[in-house]
Amino acid sequence: MAKSIKLRAKETDGVATVKALISHAMETGLRKDQKTGKPIPAEFIQEVICESAGKTVLTCQWGSAISKNPFISFKFSGAKSGDSIKISWVDNKGNSDSLESAIK
Amino acid sequence: MNQNRRVLLKGSLAAGAVGAAIGAGLLAPKTVLAAWAKEAFEAKEVDAALKGAMGSADATASDKIKLKAPDIAENGAVVPITVTSEIDGTTNISLLVKENNTPLTSSYELGDTTEPYISTRVKMGKTSDVIAVVKADGKLYSTAKEVKVTIGGCGG
Repeated sequence: MAKSIKLRAKETDGVATVKALISHAMETGLRKDQKTGKPIPAEFIQEVICESAGKTVLTCQWGSAISKNPFISFKFSGAKSGDSIKISWVDNKGNSDSLESAIK
Repeated sequence: MNQNRRVLLKGSLAAGAVGAAIGAGLLAPKTVLAAWAKEAFEAKEVDAALKGAMGSADATASDKIKLKAPDIAENGAVVPITVTSEIDGTTNISLLVKENNTPLTSSYELGDTTEPYISTRVKMGKTSDVIAVVKADGKLYSTAKEVKVTIGGCGG
């Protein structure tokens, strides 16, 4: 299964700026299928966890109002180029994915 | 970090496919360890949503929270929002869209070296105040900005 996460993390003066783009429908459950008229079931990421060098840096709780193909950017200090950076997500249906990379 | 969560995430990675992970009992929808704040996300009023997400609805307006959002959102399905808190000791940030059916869009818990800065994109059903609430030293502070929406973004 192709990774759903695109991750970019860059360190400047000890501060890492992280940008992640996740491929996900983020269905609210309010839309109706154009052809059948049936509601498209809700399918959205509920939790995103970001870790670096063994520490949890950010814990996000999301609702279905986060846009499709969600984008998140955040920053943390004490970062070194080469430190690991990992983003993991879980959605309301139990699907999940994660990606580990290194801070540039 | 909690060892159980590390094992859970490592296990689900190693298993590869979601099916295998669920089969192995490692990842079931109800076992997200941080317990998704269901009541907060399903609340239809800002106060109830805040109570669920931040423990209280009592927030003081503050000009030390910078909320960047477009004056007019071309597309209500994708509205970029950036929050920066200049309040010392900021530990949590929540983003709400007042006029959405369920105002709470997201809530963030910052690590101790994490800067109080979040940038993301939200759906807005119609013109509404976007509200950023931060928790610093246990107290809540908020700021709001009206974003005009021409085409609503929640579907239905």
